[in-house]
Amino acid sequence: MSTSTQAIKHERIYEVSPTRKLVMGIIEIIIGAFIFIVFVRTVSGAAKTTFVMTPGGINIGQAGDWILPTQLTLIILAALALIIGVVQLIRGFGHATNAFVGLCGLFLIFSFITWQAADRSLNLAGMLTSAVLLAVPITLGAFSGLLSERAGVINIAIEGLMLMASMVGALIGSLTQNAWIGLLGGILASVLLAGIHAVLSIKYRINQVISGTVINIFAAGMTAFLSQKFLQTNQALNSPPLFPRIPIPGLAHIPVIGPIFFNTNIFVYIMFILLIIIQVALFSTRWGLRLRSVGEHPKAADTLGIKVIPTRYMAVLLSGVVAGIGGSFFTLGSVGRFEEGITAGKGFIGLAAMIFGNWTPIGSLGAGFLFGFADAIGSKLSLLGSNIPAQFMGMTPYLITMIVLAGFIGKGQAPAADGEPYEKE
Amino acid sequence: MTPILQLKGITKRFPGVLANDHIDLDLHKGEILALLGENGAGKTTLMNILYGLYQPDEGEILIGGEKVIINSPTDAINAGIGMVHQHFMLIPVFTVTENVMLGEETVKYGDFLDRKKAAKRIMDISKKYNLQVAPNDYIRDLPVGVQQRVEIIKLLYRDAEILIFDEPTAVLTPQEADELFSIMRSLSDQGNSIIFITHKLREVLDIADRIMVIRRGAVVGGTTPDQADKNSLAAMMVGREVNLEVEKTEKEAGDLVFSVKGLVVADKFQNIVVNNVSLNVHAGEIVGIAGVQGNGQTELVEAITGLRKSAEGEITLLSQDITKASPRQITELGSAHVPEDRQADGLVLPFPVAENLVLCTYYKEPFSKGVILQYKTILDHAEKLIEDFDIRTPSAMTPVSSLSGGNQQKVIIARELSRPIDFLVASQPTRGLDVGSIEYIHKRIVQKRDEGCAVLLVSPELDEIMELSDRIVVMYRGQIIADLPNKDVTKEQVGLMMAGVLPEEALAEGDQHAVEPAL
Repeated sequence: MSTSTQAIKHERIYEVSPTRKLVMGIIEIIIGAFIFIVFVRTVSGAAKTTFVMTPGGINIGQAGDWILPTQLTLIILAALALIIGVVQLIRGFGHATNAFVGLCGLFLIFSFITWQAADRSLNLAGMLTSAVLLAVPITLGAFSGLLSERAGVINIAIEGLMLMASMVGALIGSLTQNAWIGLLGGILASVLLAGIHAVLSIKYRINQVISGTVINIFAAGMTAFLSQKFLQTNQALNSPPLFPRIPIPGLAHIPVIGPIFFNTNIFVYIMFILLIIIQVALFSTRWGLRLRSVGEHPKAADTLGIKVIPTRYMAVLLSGVVAGIGGSFFTLGSVGRFEEGITAGKGFIGLAAMIFGNWTPIGSLGAGFLFGFADAIGSKLSLLGSNIPAQFMGMTPYLITMIVLAGFIGKGQAPAADGEPYEKE
Repeated sequence: MTPILQLKGITKRFPGVLANDHIDLDLHKGEILALLGENGAGKTTLMNILYGLYQPDEGEILIGGEKVIINSPTDAINAGIGMVHQHFMLIPVFTVTENVMLGEETVKYGDFLDRKKAAKRIMDISKKYNLQVAPNDYIRDLPVGVQQRVEIIKLLYRDAEILIFDEPTAVLTPQEADELFSIMRSLSDQGNSIIFITHKLREVLDIADRIMVIRRGAVVGGTTPDQADKNSLAAMMVGREVNLEVEKTEKEAGDLVFSVKGLVVADKFQNIVVNNVSLNVHAGEIVGIAGVQGNGQTELVEAITGLRKSAEGEITLLSQDITKASPRQITELGSAHVPEDRQADGLVLPFPVAENLVLCTYYKEPFSKGVILQYKTILDHAEKLIEDFDIRTPSAMTPVSSLSGGNQQKVIIARELSRPIDFLVASQPTRGLDVGSIEYIHKRIVQKRDEGCAVLLVSPELDEIMELSDRIVVMYRGQIIADLPNKDVTKEQVGLMMAGVLPEEALAEGDQHAVEPAL
């Protein structure tokens, strides 16, 4: 057959998805308009916002204060959001759509604190430092979900795994008075629970969401019971040592960035190391290729001699390891004691971050930071004596998440066989 | 010379079924052996045994004269056996290289993928066998024919010398199928041996060196293409004489019954899959929609039958606007639908035959009075249809799930055609059926047309379209690119248009070739 012209070339059929493009653009424009109408018009032209750029209690990597003209800053932020919205409407950002919506959400939050702190001073660096710390369990939760779901097992049990790890971490840490052994104990507890999830959902092919929910309920009940029975009555069992702040030589002295990223908790470092390890392992190694193939098309993997079931077990157990680290952060890296429900839904928010981040490590980290930042605002604003309930701003990222999840997210990003048990013929 | 592969007395039983009954098979080096049989004859079971997915209850496998035990696909790969599955085993979000190397990865520094080296090896194989692929393309962006080439490269990458092709042409255009045959020929010329599983007679005669026919799990005979023809092969497959020609008389089309104007339909991802489609169907006319699967036919039929909302356009049946009508309203106007997936959309599998036969009429007299179903009437009705449409079932109360595919389809045909109808939409009415049932269903559809019913037939089987249609409409990527009377086109020309070649070019192209008569 001679080569012939095709009636219609091998282009993809025109994608409609105007709804998503339209809605995202409108949301971005609304954000811009909101900043302009509510914030810009209610501040005087002469107002100045002072941001302190050195977190409290830090004596290396100090930086001078940032003094911003409030109104101009707000106008710029509003304009940027409007421009992004218009470009989105006209041209669209394709794969980066989520990122730009997230950016506009960030503008909104930043405008809000700039507006609130007009003629006052706010410790922005302190806020960012606590944002990074608050992002740790969310991001680790997202990494945990990522490992499991990339292999095709939905792990909704992360919240329960983290809760269990935080209690066991506190208990073992208190008994041994060694934070490292406590961490190990937390990880082991989490892996054990993850193992149950793996057996239920892989071996017995129980609906993975139900299996995960059962584990969440079990972990909530079990930790509450043990905590009331032992930890609250005997404080010696609930006073683990905290991991100290570790300054990284050199890097910790960089102004602004140093105190936030390089003079902080070991869990922050673990988070960044895991980011690199997971990114490289998933996308550049044989191990990762096989793991992903099992999550995309287990039957194809099986016909090529890849052992689907053991691969899935391994992925869920690793998911347990990461969730264990994230859970231990609460008692060993942050609070220093266990309390009931200490994880406060961070495991679920981690899953939202994973979805927001399109099942990629870097996306999960970005979403984790966004959520952490919103959390940080809540506590800081009450210190400022704001007249607006801080919870409203704290809601922003979740509103954005809901918008993104409510069907607008680019479908087909999730692993194709996510949540499907595999049965050999 | 010792055959490269020998199967001796392979027997496999499933509960209640003897899937393979003492099958013997020899495959020689460089040979293309066609394994011909109807659906359910046991071809796929036999190949799954060879590929390690099932264990035989009896019998042995010899490779190069040595006895081997194949417990898993890995064992099969190690023994040099590779399989191109009917449903491709490819991962859409991986590149060609990643798909090919998966399970047999080229690595450096321990566990890191060496994509470059693997891609080079793929290019070498692709040159050697003339299998054009670009190693860095993502599978999801590739046409089906190219995806199949990737499957073949996957086997060659693993040094497979015995290649099994399971119904490889089911998803291809006729031109892609011809390309595949030339690839298969070049593979066998270079010393590979091929087992080719199919139920399409023409393909067997075109490409095979030797033919083995299986019926009900047992080998019923072997032959070669020069000693056989379509009729003799069909008779071997079915076990009786089969009339492959559909008897059809010329007939003038009557009044306009059904029309679609400017129809646009989107799939669940909001992609436009039916793009500005217009077509008319007249009384006493069969309009055949030809097109490779996945070019929008499914969604078009769903829109026509009220199962899917259309974004734009107008659908008219018997001069009534049914664009926004519900499936029941459309049915009550006098339309019948034989759906593409009989088990998912055509039947309620756990229900008995009798209830399935009244699924569109159960709520009306005489099958119910008020809210009470009249079982006596329903059963009598069922008995009559079972007789009229030759449905082979133990009783009217047998769950339809325990019937064979052909008989399930007959239940649908009986339900839809026994009503007074003016319009019939038949979507792949003979998919996966044996030659005998195909013959029967074709006869019924033509009979309905002769009674003055307007028929819209959708099928990816070009032979079926050519045999039945009065007018042929070609759908490609959601658009209708040709609408011609059957007598004005040849099968080859329609095939070209199915591949997206413009009608003017296809018609010119076809004239330069010797025109092959329709089956």
